[in-house]
Amino acid sequence: MNLEAIGESLPSFVEGLQVTAILLAAALALGLAAALPLAFARTSTRAWLSKPVWLFTYVIRGTPMLVQLFLLYYGLAQFEAVRESVAWPWLSSAWFCAIAAFAINTCAYTTEILAGALEATPAGEIEAARALGMGRATVMRRILLPSALRRAIPAYSNEAIMMLQGTSLASIVTLLDLTGAAREMNSRTYLPFEAFLTAAAFYLALTFALVSLFHLAERRWLAHLAPRR
Amino acid sequence: MATAPLALDVRDLYKRFGSHEVLKGVGLAAARGDVISLIGSSGSGKSTLLRCINLLEQPHAGRIALAGEELRLVADRDGSLKAADAGQLQRFRARLAMVFQHFNLWAHLTAIQNVMEAPVHVLGQPKAEAREKALAMLARVGVAHRRDHFPAHLSGGEQQRVAIARALAMEPEVMLFDEPTSALDPELVGEVLKVMRDLAAEGRTMVVVTHEMAFAREVSSQLVFLHDGRIEEQGDPRGVLANPSSERLRQFLAGSLK
Repeated sequence: MNLEAIGESLPSFVEGLQVTAILLAAALALGLAAALPLAFARTSTRAWLSKPVWLFTYVIRGTPMLVQLFLLYYGLAQFEAVRESVAWPWLSSAWFCAIAAFAINTCAYTTEILAGALEATPAGEIEAARALGMGRATVMRRILLPSALRRAIPAYSNEAIMMLQGTSLASIVTLLDLTGAAREMNSRTYLPFEAFLTAAAFYLALTFALVSLFHLAERRWLAHLAPRR
Repeated sequence: MATAPLALDVRDLYKRFGSHEVLKGVGLAAARGDVISLIGSSGSGKSTLLRCINLLEQPHAGRIALAGEELRLVADRDGSLKAADAGQLQRFRARLAMVFQHFNLWAHLTAIQNVMEAPVHVLGQPKAEAREKALAMLARVGVAHRRDHFPAHLSGGEQQRVAIARALAMEPEVMLFDEPTSALDPELVGEVLKVMRDLAAEGRTMVVVTHEMAFAREVSSQLVFLHDGRIEEQGDPRGVLANPSSERLRQFLAGSLK
C-alpha cells in the first residue's frame, strides 16, 4: 500500500468530491422537483395524463443510465441539426449532459416511488378531509402530499444512495469526479488498488452522510409510524 | 307564521350501485336539537343514506337542505347527482361534520393538529385561536392529556374521541355519526357513547347510524328503521322499540337483543 502516493493525490480527490457532490445534488433536486407533478399525473384516473408518464418511467427504468448518458452526450452530436441548434453549447457540455441524464434517470424512479406513496394514502383520510369541507387543492396540499412524502422517505433514501453511486458514470464522459480522480491517479502512478480504494473510501463517507441525513428525516417526519414510546 | 326551518331536511333520496338499488326514496327531517338514530341490518342502506347527506356518495335523486338552504344539485355524467357549486358543497360539508366508523384521523398529525386542521384551513381561523379551541374540545371529550400523541399511539376509544373533537371544532349545525362505536373493543364503547350522550344533552342536532339499541332508546328523539332501502318504521324510540308494528323490525330487534 503506497500511502505516500495517496497523500499526493488527495487534493485531486477533494476536487473530485466536490464534482460528485454537485452532480448528485443537482440531479436529485431537479429529479425530485419534476417527479412531484409527474407522480400526480401517474396516479391520475385520466389515461391521457397517466399513460405518457407510465411510458416515460418504463423506458427510463428499462434502459441503463450509461446508455442514456451516451445517447445524450455522443449520440445527439451525430446530427447536424443538433450541432447547429441554439442548444448545442449545452448539449456539447459534459456537465450538462451528465446532470441531465442523471436527473432524468432519478426522476423516473422517484416518480414511481412518489406515485406508490400517493396511492397508499388511506382512502378514509381523504374522505375525512372532504367531509370536513376541504376542496381538492386543500386536500392535496394539506393531507395527501404531507402524508405521501413522509411515507416515501425510506424508499427515496435508497434512491438517493443509488444515485450517488450512479454519478461515477460521469467520469466516462470526461468529468473529474471521485472516480475520475481515481482514474487519473491510476494513469499517473500505475497504482490502481490505491487509486480506487481511495475513491471507495470517499463514496463510503458520502453514503454515511446521506444515511445519517435520512435517518434524521425519518425521526423528524415519520414519528407517527414509530413504535409507541 | 314564521316557523324555523328544519336543521336538516332530506327528501326522496334514491341511490343505486350499478343495478342494485340501495335507497328507494328515503327522507329525514331533523329539527334543531333532534337526535335521529338510524338502525337496520347491514345492507339496509343506513350508512349510504348518511353518506348521501354530505355527498360522499352521490344520490341519483333527492333533495338536501340545511337550515332552509337547499344544496344545488345537477346531473353528473354517470346519471347520479353532483353539487352544482363546489364551493356551496364545501360550505355544506363544513356545517355537517362527520364522524366515521374507522375514525379516519390523519395519521401524520398529532391529536391537536387533527382538531386544528380544518378550522385553520377550511374556516380560516387564526392558528392561535384554533389551538385554544382545539384544546378545549379535546378536554371536553377527555383526551386533552393525549394532545401531542399521534393517532397510532392512541387507543381506539381515544382516537374516536379525538375524531369527535375534530368534528366539534367545526362548530357544525348537524353532526353525522357513521357507526361510531362499531370498530371499538367492547370495553371502549362506553367512553365514546358517554361523549355522544353529553352532546345530545346539550342540544346538538345529530344523525347517528348505530347498533347500540340502548343509546337509540335513551338518547334519540327519533328512531328510523331502514329495511331494503326504505323506511320500514319510524317514530318515538321508546314507543317503537317497545311496540314495533312491523314484523321486520320485530325480527331485527329479536336478532339484535343478545
